[in-house]
Parts: sequence; C-alpha cells; structure tokens
Amino acid sequence: MSTVALPRLSAPIMACVLVLGTGCSAGSGDDSSLSIGFTAEPASLDFTTDDGVAIPEVLLTNVYEGLVELAPDGGIQPALADSWEVSDDRRTYTFELNSDVTFSNGESFTAEDVKFSIERAQEEWTISLADVMDVVDTVEVVSPTEVTVELSEPSNAWLYAMTTRVGAMFTPTGVDNLDTEPVGTGPYEVADWTRGDSITLQRRADYWGEQPATETVEFRYFDDENALTNAMLTGDLDVISALAAAESLDQFTGDDQYQVIEGTTNGEVVLGLNHERDALSDRRVRQAIAHAIDQEALLETVWAGHGELIGSMVPPTDPWYEDLSEVHPHDPDRAEDLLEEADAEDLTLDFPVPNLPYAMDTARVVQSDLEDVGITAEIEPLEFPAVWLEDVFTGHDYDMTVIQHSEGRDMPTFADPDYYWGYDNEDVQDLLAEADRSGGEEQTEHMAEAAELLAEDVAAVFLYLQPMLIVADSGVEGLPDNRVSESFDVTPLSRS
Amino acid sequence: MALRILRKGLIFLVSLGVASVVVFAFMAVLPGDPARVALGTNATPEAVAQMHERYGTDRPVLVQYWDWVSGLATGDFGRSYVSGAEIGPQILDRLQVTLWLVLSGMLVALLIALPLGVAAAMRHRHLSGTLLSGFSQLGVAVPNFLVGIMLITLFAVHLRWLPSGGWTAPAEDPGAFARRLVLPAVSLGLVQGAILTRYVRSAILDVLREDYLRTARAKGMRPYQALVRHGLRNAAIPVVTVLALQLATLLIGAVVIERVFVIPGLGSLLLDGVGNRDLLLVQGVVMVLVLAVLLLNFVVDVLYTALDPRIRMAAR
Repeated sequence: MSTVALPRLSAPIMACVLVLGTGCSAGSGDDSSLSIGFTAEPASLDFTTDDGVAIPEVLLTNVYEGLVELAPDGGIQPALADSWEVSDDRRTYTFELNSDVTFSNGESFTAEDVKFSIERAQEEWTISLADVMDVVDTVEVVSPTEVTVELSEPSNAWLYAMTTRVGAMFTPTGVDNLDTEPVGTGPYEVADWTRGDSITLQRRADYWGEQPATETVEFRYFDDENALTNAMLTGDLDVISALAAAESLDQFTGDDQYQVIEGTTNGEVVLGLNHERDALSDRRVRQAIAHAIDQEALLETVWAGHGELIGSMVPPTDPWYEDLSEVHPHDPDRAEDLLEEADAEDLTLDFPVPNLPYAMDTARVVQSDLEDVGITAEIEPLEFPAVWLEDVFTGHDYDMTVIQHSEGRDMPTFADPDYYWGYDNEDVQDLLAEADRSGGEEQTEHMAEAAELLAEDVAAVFLYLQPMLIVADSGVEGLPDNRVSESFDVTPLSRS
Repeated sequence: MALRILRKGLIFLVSLGVASVVVFAFMAVLPGDPARVALGTNATPEAVAQMHERYGTDRPVLVQYWDWVSGLATGDFGRSYVSGAEIGPQILDRLQVTLWLVLSGMLVALLIALPLGVAAAMRHRHLSGTLLSGFSQLGVAVPNFLVGIMLITLFAVHLRWLPSGGWTAPAEDPGAFARRLVLPAVSLGLVQGAILTRYVRSAILDVLREDYLRTARAKGMRPYQALVRHGLRNAAIPVVTVLALQLATLLIGAVVIERVFVIPGLGSLLLDGVGNRDLLLVQGVVMVLVLAVLLLNFVVDVLYTALDPRIRMAAR
C-alpha cells in the first residue's frame, strides 16, 4: 500500500492563517478529491469475519462489486452480471457476466471467481450473514462468462443477499490479507488507511465500467458528533454521511454554503418487546403500549420532525410497503382500558437502552408517554454495542428496549422464536417462509400480509424510520436520495 | 545510594507486575464478549464459539494471563481480536503521535509557567502577583478537554484560523502538521502551564527567602538580578522534578485531548479498543501507559537522589 499525498491546498490556507480571520475552506477549488465524514471507523477491512457495518459502508460498490446491486429505489439491478435468468422452478439462476472486468491486482474476473466467491462464503465466512448461502446447492461454471447457481429451494432472500456484502466477488489471489488489503473489481481501491483517522480510496485507471468523476475519496472518521460537525463548519469536510442527532442540523439549514439532503433508510427504530415476559405475552398490554405512544410527537422531539412513521418492519423503498402507522393510533384512554382489561395496571417494566443519542432520546419520550397511562418504564442506559448485545440481545434480559434494525428486508427475524424478541407466531412464520419461496406478485402479497400481522399483533412497536440526513457543501453533486444499501456509494459523486 | 536505587528498581518492577494483574483482571470482568461485538446481531452460538476458539479466549484465565504477560516480557503484544492485526506496531505508531502532543504541550506549559511563575513570586505582595496566582488557580480547575472545546469553537469554527482537528504526520506535510498541532498543544499546555506556574512561584519564593539571596541584595543587587545570578539554578531542582512528574499527567491528558481533536494517538486507540471489546489491545495500551508513568517516577526518583545531597543524606 502506498501513501497518497492528498492535494491539500497548503499555500492558500497558510495565507488565510496569515491574513487572520478570512473564511477559507480547505476543500474548495479541487474537483478531483472529496472528503466525507463518518462516525464509526471499521475495525478491520475484512467483512467476511467482522460484522461491522462500517466495513461494507466504505468497501461495497466502491471497492468490491457483486453480480447484482441494489438500485436507489430498492430494486435489484445488474452489476458484474450483465443479465440473469431464473428457471421456472425458481431454483436455477443463470448469470451472464460482463467481460473485460479485472480485479485491482490485475487478475481477470471470470465465472471461476463467482464459484470461488460463493463457495468461500459458504465455507470460510464466519459472520452469520453468510448463512443465507446455505441454500446454494451447486455453482457451475458454464463458460468464462456464464455461471449457473442451483438452489436447494427457491429463495428470494438469496438474490437480495447477493446485492449485499455476501455477494461481493473475490479472486483466489486476493484473499490473503483481507483485513488490510482488499482486492475487488470496483472503481476504487484502498490507497491508504491511517488508523483512527481516515481511509483513502483511489480511482482505478483500469476499471471496466464508467470512470467515477472523483479521483480520491477520503473517508474520515469521528467518534464525536461535535468534532464531525466542527470539521464540516471549518471546511475540512465536503460531506457528512449521516447526522446522528437532529440538533446538529440547525447549523447547516438556512446557510447557502451547505445543502441538506433528507431521505429514507432501511433503519427501522423499534421498541422491542420481550414476548417471553408474562406481562408482554398478553397482546392487550402490547396494544396498550402502542396506543400510549404519540409517535408523531416522538419524531418531532427526537428528529425535529425528520424521519418517517411506518408502523411496521418495512421501509417505503420495499415493494410491499404500506403505511401501517395508524393501526394503533395515539389513544391514551384506549390504552388505559386495555390495561384494565388485561389486569395490568401499575405495570413496571425494565427498559435497558443503548447509550446512543437517538435511542436515549426516543426512550425518554416513550417513558413519559407510558407514564401517562400508568406504566412505569425504568430506563437503564447500556453501553453499545458490547453490553447491550450481551444483556439484551444474547441474554434476553429485558422487558422493552429501543434499537435500530438497519439490515435491508429484515422482517424474517420475527419468524425466529429464538431471536431476542422471543416472538413465536406460526402464521407469521408460514407467511414469511412462503414469501421467500414464491415469486413476483405472490411474494409481495405474502410479505405485505406478514407486515400487517406484525403490526396488528404488536410484535414490537415500530416507532419510526431513521431519516437519512446528509449535509454537504452546496457544490457536491450525485449524493443519494435514500440509503437502502450497506454501502456509501461514492461513484456518482462530483463537485461542480 | 546504590542500595536506594536498587530498592526503587525493585519497587518499579513489583508495581509493574501488580499493574499487569489488575489490568488483566479488570478486562476479564468487563461486561461484553469480544466475539459477540465482532459478529454482531446475527451471530449464532456456533459462530461465537468458533471465534472464541480462534482467539484462545476459551482457555482458562490463568493460561491466558500467562500467555499475555510472557508475551509482553518479550515485546509481543499479541494480535487484535477484532482486526487480527499485530498490536505492538499499532501501539508504536500511535505512541509517536501522542509523544508529539505531550512534548508540544510541555513546551507551551513552560512558555507560560516560567515567566508567569517568576513574576508572581517577585510581585507576591502586589495586586498583580495575587492576580497571577488567581489565574493559575483558575487554570488548575479547568479540565483540558473543556479548554480544547472552547479553543475549537473560537479559533476553528468562528475565526477559521486553524483546523478543528485531525492529524497529519510531520514527514507527510510539515505545514499541515504544525497547523493541526497548535490547538491541541495549547489546550494541553494551558492547563499544565497553570499548574506549573504555582510550582515555579513557590520555588522562587523559597529561594527568595534564602540567606544567600538576602546577602546578594545587601550587596546592592536589584531583586531580578540577584534571582537570575544566584536563585534560578537552585529553584530549578524542584521545578524540574515536578516537570518530569507532570509528563505523566500530560500523557494522560493527551489521551483525552485526542478524543476532542480527533487525533489518532494512543487515547483514541484505547477508546476504540474499549468500544470494540478488543481486550488484548486495551490491555496492551494500558500497560504501555502504566509503564511510562512508572518509568518516569523511577527516573525522577533516581535523578533526585543523585542531584540533591540533602535527600541522599536523608536516605541513609
């Protein structure tokens, strides 16, 4: 790995320092480099053994590509595969590959690499996202540019997973040092990683597709939200990839120098209810909780009105989306009646919450809403991720919690009774399984029906969808409308 | 004297050993499983078990401790649970960054403390001297991260004279390096300078009361002249001692300041390690910090003994 000297404008900045007090922006005037701020640095660059979301955020699409990718509207579109066909029994996928694709280490990309990558995901990957590859029976190389994948049973989840990191294509000669030297087919390669500070992506000259406009993109990492916004305010950054707290937004709205882009994400913020607990196994109690919470007011308080009420585990970018936020409208009287019916007045609930800004803010509003109907929720802040994962997620030691579920199409977690919700509903399980097996319209219908069932049954209270709030210099173009993928795709970015 | 140094050396080694046990024990009882954190919300029990096996965290605690300590003795810090990278070189990298901070902070502290301390002592009966002491009291009370935040707000966000944070290695771009070092160094140095001012002041006051200085004054020297000619060297001994001990405080202060200024030094390595439950990494960083502090204390002790005959006598 070589060190790339960033084309920073030292002389003009020095001049500014000397002239004292003139506003100067480090990034402006150079259209071939961009600097983007993030809040979590990857611990390693190997997403085959480390679950961290920060890894695909920087590497997927930019450095690694899959056969297919997610379009901004949530659909599946071609990437390394030029096209694909599905057999009538929906078990055999035939991919036609683009030719002239090379990896960043110079190797050509062929059908052999597809076979290698899929089989490697089945055998070597340790993160459990790779379990979705269990459904693959065989991968057969037909020709260098044609490959067929045989599934043991039809699975929509499989093709969707191929758009995520699980579908990333590797070459056998490029997997020795995955944690520091990723080798992919994407338009960028990792040029430099200064741990604790930044990862620099450098545009590849031999990329098979259309060259991105920006030559170097620097992903800069800030543990602290204030440091992140300060860097943007001082011109050190061109883009903030995601604001974590709405109060930081005020500094940028109404200033022509900046643009604020608001869109949707896949991040459902859920009030998780532990169905293994007596009180919460009663549907009336769960409904009471749902009725007690004024979701609109909650969104206003926590996100200054940004974000979206969804009422289920489905973001608007999925085909089976339906606004279910009114299934249990805000109605404290109804909540009190339900609690009385269930003989659950004076209920006290454990409420461990991750110590993240959005979760703590949300929990406080929920606590006060519940108090109005006679439920005492005892908030306990837990360090995230370590302690929350151990106590709540693994230990199931909680009554209620607040957490964002950011994986795409993650409704099937409600079909697993061992998952930390402890939700065991055969109807939901059947519907979700059927949806995965069936195609087209039928899949959409089953998924929509399952979503409705979850909402009516209050499997959890689906509070809101985390907003995508990007702040950027007004001259930056090509920023996404919505965040639906694990990746922060920098290929369309440019500066006017 | 040799005996005294030997005894100090022994105390140093025992302290180091005790620290290693404490650090290891603390990590062992810290809630949160490293494998869980690395594998995330989709992890199956099998995957977690596999991860434990891979990193040897399924072995008895005593075996793990022995492996770790014997590794440390040979300079082998082991590999990170999370990234799989060797820990030793990472710590070395980050240590360089932190040392820049500490040394520049010390420089700023000296630039503040020497003139102010001397002035406060010379004018201790006057209002200006009292004001100076007051200022240093205030400085002592303010935590350096708060100073850092205030400096950023003023000089980076409002005036835009300097960057709000980040790091550039000196070899890469000396100009950018210097610009980025200014605010963190001042944040560290202001507070340390305030503390140091008080020591300089009292050392000078002590010297001023000495007979030889009174004699010099009686011979017709002006107060500053007498101090510079005869007093400063004597005042230096306690100040240098404090200075060395302050290095340890600065090192710990730098760990906090790195967070405020987004500087990739030991402090941010430590915090990331804690967040990721990268236990070996955290243990390694903490041990390096402990070693630095103990070593400084030891060296100061020895130098002090060697320099000041009175202490040598008392030790007998």
